[in-house]
Amino acid sequence: MSTSVTASPAKTKNTAPKLRTPRAKHTPGKPKRSVLLTVLMALMVLYTVVPLIWLVINSTKTQSGLAESNGLWFAHDFALWDNIRDAFTYHDGIFGRWLLNTLLYVVLGAGGATLLAVLGGYALAKFDFPGKRAVFAVVIGAVAVPGTALAVPTFLMFSKMGLTDTPWAVIIPSLVSPFGLYLMWVFAAEAIPTELLEAARMDGASEVRTFFQVALPLLAPGIVTVLLFTTVATWNNYFLPLIMLKDPDWYPLTLGLSAWSSQAQTIGGDVIFNLVITGSLLTILPLIAAFLFLQKYWQSGLAAGSVKE
Amino acid sequence: MRGKTGRLLRGLALLSTLALGATACGGSDDDSSDTKAVSAGDIQAALKKGGSVTVWAWEPTLKSVAADFEKKYPKVKINLVSERSGDKHYTALSNAISAGKGVPDVAQVEYFALGQYSLTKGLSDLAPYGAAKLASKYTPGPWNAVSDGDKVYGLPMDSGPMALFYNKKVFDKYKIAVPTTWDEYLDAARKLHKADPKAYIANDTGDAGFTTSMLWQAGSRPYKVDGTKVAINFDDAGAKKFETVWQKLISEKLLAPVTGWTDDWYKGLGDGTIATLATGAWMPANFETGVPNAKGDWRAAAMPAWTKGDKASAENGGSSLALPALGKNKELAYAFVEYANAGDGVATRVSEGAFPATVAELQSTEFKNKEFPYFGGQKANEIFAESAANVADDWSYLPFQPYANSIFNDTVGKAYVSSTTLADGLKAWQDASVKYGQEQGFTIEK
Repeated sequence: MSTSVTASPAKTKNTAPKLRTPRAKHTPGKPKRSVLLTVLMALMVLYTVVPLIWLVINSTKTQSGLAESNGLWFAHDFALWDNIRDAFTYHDGIFGRWLLNTLLYVVLGAGGATLLAVLGGYALAKFDFPGKRAVFAVVIGAVAVPGTALAVPTFLMFSKMGLTDTPWAVIIPSLVSPFGLYLMWVFAAEAIPTELLEAARMDGASEVRTFFQVALPLLAPGIVTVLLFTTVATWNNYFLPLIMLKDPDWYPLTLGLSAWSSQAQTIGGDVIFNLVITGSLLTILPLIAAFLFLQKYWQSGLAAGSVKE
Repeated sequence: MRGKTGRLLRGLALLSTLALGATACGGSDDDSSDTKAVSAGDIQAALKKGGSVTVWAWEPTLKSVAADFEKKYPKVKINLVSERSGDKHYTALSNAISAGKGVPDVAQVEYFALGQYSLTKGLSDLAPYGAAKLASKYTPGPWNAVSDGDKVYGLPMDSGPMALFYNKKVFDKYKIAVPTTWDEYLDAARKLHKADPKAYIANDTGDAGFTTSMLWQAGSRPYKVDGTKVAINFDDAGAKKFETVWQKLISEKLLAPVTGWTDDWYKGLGDGTIATLATGAWMPANFETGVPNAKGDWRAAAMPAWTKGDKASAENGGSSLALPALGKNKELAYAFVEYANAGDGVATRVSEGAFPATVAELQSTEFKNKEFPYFGGQKANEIFAESAANVADDWSYLPFQPYANSIFNDTVGKAYVSSTTLADGLKAWQDASVKYGQEQGFTIEK
């Protein structure tokens, strides 16, 4: 859930004018400024951006530079390139392996979760079947259950089935995203006019063809939004892999970095805080890139249904 | 974000179980004791046949040892799992043993934790493999830690005879003499903190390993263990000595409130605000990678004595390689452990900075004459080797020491943050340990 929290300041910022416009009718295009809100927003920006700045600055330092210099300014040595190279070569390049593992979990887990959410959401929005209300109740209930609470029961179950310590133990639970399903359901109900589906059926298109050629293109913004949410959740997943995986060869980046960090607490262990910091920076870059490139899709996806046309 | 319904999950998991053809399988029911002697010939035959050995160990020099071993025995594959240490390592090991699955063939187990695993029959007795004959190779402290009567539960990998590391630059700056007794240490602590209010003689926020080592050096023997009969008593003369000096350091606020092994700690060791560190002889390696900016500032010295001229020392840290009872490829696993901790592996590990537990290495002139550039060229091993020879071998840890250590901060730790005295804290630790021992079915003797 943490990720959607960090995303929310941006969300509020971007949608706030839109939402407020109807109420402030007398000044169209000129939203009222509130000093209090501006100050709060500035604090929020500071709160979210300072750790990022810290990360960028400190990834340029060597281990000794880290100890000698102030956290928010550069040390005399600039070791960013060395740190990146060392992060990828340390312990036979296990960092690269962790990166590939994370990608695998994201492609199969988040991709699969999105696929299931799209199929399920479309079906729930556009078809009537017995037990629909029950499904609705279960999905809404599931949104409220934190993943952490289910981790231990999931572990015990997977352990009985002999799936722990395999990538499946991370991928299978990631496939289930009640929030994604709910979002797709709401989105599909709004974005696909039922008349359009009826017209397609009248013309003799099969249900499969209707879904792929008529519904899917209309769902694109919603799909990107759900994909981003599930990607972030899978990318940042820590607790589930922590209890499921023992073999470092299957670690995602989150676990791997934590293992590197705890090396400093070991007799004879290498102290590599500089690589932990650089590794963390490298870990968040793909997510930042994904958000920036897909920004226009996920914003329109989130705002869907908020304005009555 | 990853909320999910139990029903859906069960269905999905069931589906994939079928798809993968994975089957549920319970713990190993084969708890056969390996009392049958294994001859050197059996081990040689196994090495010839080959196979793979999974090793859970974080000791960094094992990487080279594993590579050398594979070169010598090309049919054997050593699968070294090293990305885990400390608490996580023992949690994973205990989980694997109780699940009966995913147990490594070889595991690194620190001396304080060996009792817990050997008592629950989690480890193989190595005596039938010929380990008992290796006793004379090791210094008494580590050997005492791995053996119990005629049983041997692991081979000592390293040891941690204690020494006092001090920041010479800081001591020189304030013209403070390096303390040789703990009373002098207290005086030095007062002088230093007065000269520079930001500087402290040491950091301590309550560390079970450190406290037990200090008690060990002071002559206290709080734990007496005989099979499942255990006695716990912190009320002896040795403990009194430690309590007196350390209580003053705490009460007069002469200890830096920095927890060991954190980034603050590394920073303090680097910038001179933590001026000494009484710890195991393995510390130089950690100094080199963790505090590279203080190169040349630090030196090693003998541990301060409790009475002037006394040479008694103690161990802090150190670990063994053991064979979990549920591991496979026992012959190969033992062959690797012997190679790493008694054979050619020792020299490799020492050359990469590990501190040995073997007499031959500790006594060799090459080892003693090694100059440490980090300590300004000091021949620090002379001090460490002497300390190793002066470690009393009658110390024992509890068979549930990892648990006891885990409650240290709730009991003794209070002495560091409140008006509770160290003596009261140790009493509370004793009571809590006794209670746990009784619950676990140990006979607690008064």
